[in-house]
Amino acid sequence: MCGIVGLLIKKPELRDCLGELMVPILLGMAQRGPDSAGLAVFTDSLDDTHRKYSLYAGGQTFNWNGLTHAFQTAFDIAPAMQINGNHAVLSSTLAPDAVKAWLKQHYPQLHILSTGRTIDLYKEIGQPAAVADRYNFKSLKGSHGVAHTRMATESAVTPAHAHPFTAGEDFCLVHNGSLSNPNALRRQLEPQGIRFETDNDTEAACRFLEWRMREGDDLETSLQKGFEELDGFYTFLMGTADKLALVRDAFACKPAVVAETDDYVAIASEFHALAHLPHINQAQIYEPAPEELYVWTV
Amino acid sequence: MDGVTSATSLSFDLRQTPLRQVNQFLHDVQTVHIQTVHSTQTVQILNPDGAHNIAVGLDAPLQVEIVGHTGYYAAGMNQLATVTIVGNAGPGVAENMMSGRVQVQGFASVSAGASAQGGLLVIDGDASLRCGISLKGGDIVVGGNVGSFSAFMAQAGRLVICGDAGDALGDSLYEAVIYVRGQIKSLGADAQLEPMTDQDYAAVADLLAQSGRFHDPQEFKRVASARQLYHWNADANQEY
Repeated sequence: MCGIVGLLIKKPELRDCLGELMVPILLGMAQRGPDSAGLAVFTDSLDDTHRKYSLYAGGQTFNWNGLTHAFQTAFDIAPAMQINGNHAVLSSTLAPDAVKAWLKQHYPQLHILSTGRTIDLYKEIGQPAAVADRYNFKSLKGSHGVAHTRMATESAVTPAHAHPFTAGEDFCLVHNGSLSNPNALRRQLEPQGIRFETDNDTEAACRFLEWRMREGDDLETSLQKGFEELDGFYTFLMGTADKLALVRDAFACKPAVVAETDDYVAIASEFHALAHLPHINQAQIYEPAPEELYVWTV
Repeated sequence: MDGVTSATSLSFDLRQTPLRQVNQFLHDVQTVHIQTVHSTQTVQILNPDGAHNIAVGLDAPLQVEIVGHTGYYAAGMNQLATVTIVGNAGPGVAENMMSGRVQVQGFASVSAGASAQGGLLVIDGDASLRCGISLKGGDIVVGGNVGSFSAFMAQAGRLVICGDAGDALGDSLYEAVIYVRGQIKSLGADAQLEPMTDQDYAAVADLLAQSGRFHDPQEFKRVASARQLYHWNADANQEY
């Protein structure tokens, strides 16, 4: 069992409340996933010369100032840093490949949770309430967000195995369910130079869909290919720079409920997590049908 | 008792009273609260907010009205009681019902009426996948459409579908009978269309009347088991 959470704000003036609206939904899903939690927020976009990287240092205290100085020495340009305990968002105008290679070489203990112009990502093991507090999810602002509470069924409980998973830039995916062909997907993708960070089934789906989009498919087409190639049970919720997308497999064993008002589109595994949203009584409430695409644009 | 009483109704607000206490009250009605609850009274449950297991295991001829959306297994294992959900129901509404009546005024999620042995489940809106899975003698009337695999392995009882049915309707049916007014996307293994008899028309008319629907029974088709799976057939080569 796991919990999925999504929120897309329709009225720009409510974007400052994204975190405040999302946290109660996430906490409502805590019983479905007490192992780990994660949240991706899509913020105002950086211009196309900039990229930001969500960095996670694990349980250790980390010398972010040391990293900032070393970065400046190496590249002769200072990165912008937003530091929050064992987590930081680093922004820079340098090419992503150069930044990632440098981080990997000099700070192999750091995990790059996400890369892009709009995505910030946080994930950690522990009770969802503790994770939400640690990174002050309530204060997050943005147009849309994707979150997850995990109850592990098929791979280890570590921060790297927590959701959301990312691949490429400004793309993330959360999953409730289990895939039966993640290894086949891996064998299909690895020869294309796609590298995996974990043995988790969700990562295989995430990298498959991102690979399709990199090959030229739009999100909708890649999801259609996903219906053909991904075998198993799933409710997937995905975020891109300007979209939120939701799909369920043909058997629809894994739940999802959508509540839509003039102000927002809210998604959770169960209605009770949405019951306290403002104006929920006026919301259009429905369960997504199996093998149909639900895509909302900011 | 924390509920607010009046001559004809008694109401609990789930934002004030814990669900366990409300369910305990409903279970104790016949023995403890016989003086305070009369059979004509409706016990109202307000602000269900999608909680699981609301009004499960009732065993008395109570009238219960849940005003809002319910979570998993609402009115499960119902016996004798009449439970109305003024909203949508989560997975497994009225699962394993023995008798009585459960009505969902909105839509019902997956596995509505699963394994129900008796009673009547009425869903005014659509029902999701696996409606009436393993039905064992209960009756279900769905005002809208049903999802795929409805009445899967249903053993006894009747499923009336006023709208359309999804894929694999009645897969591996035993002796339950399905009546469909709309389109059937596909029939499951061993399910077949059969001619309607006078008995079938009467059964549909009776169930529609009980659920407050006004369709013409003549518009319904009958789906039942071809009974080809009852005995293993070595020559079938696993093709059914």
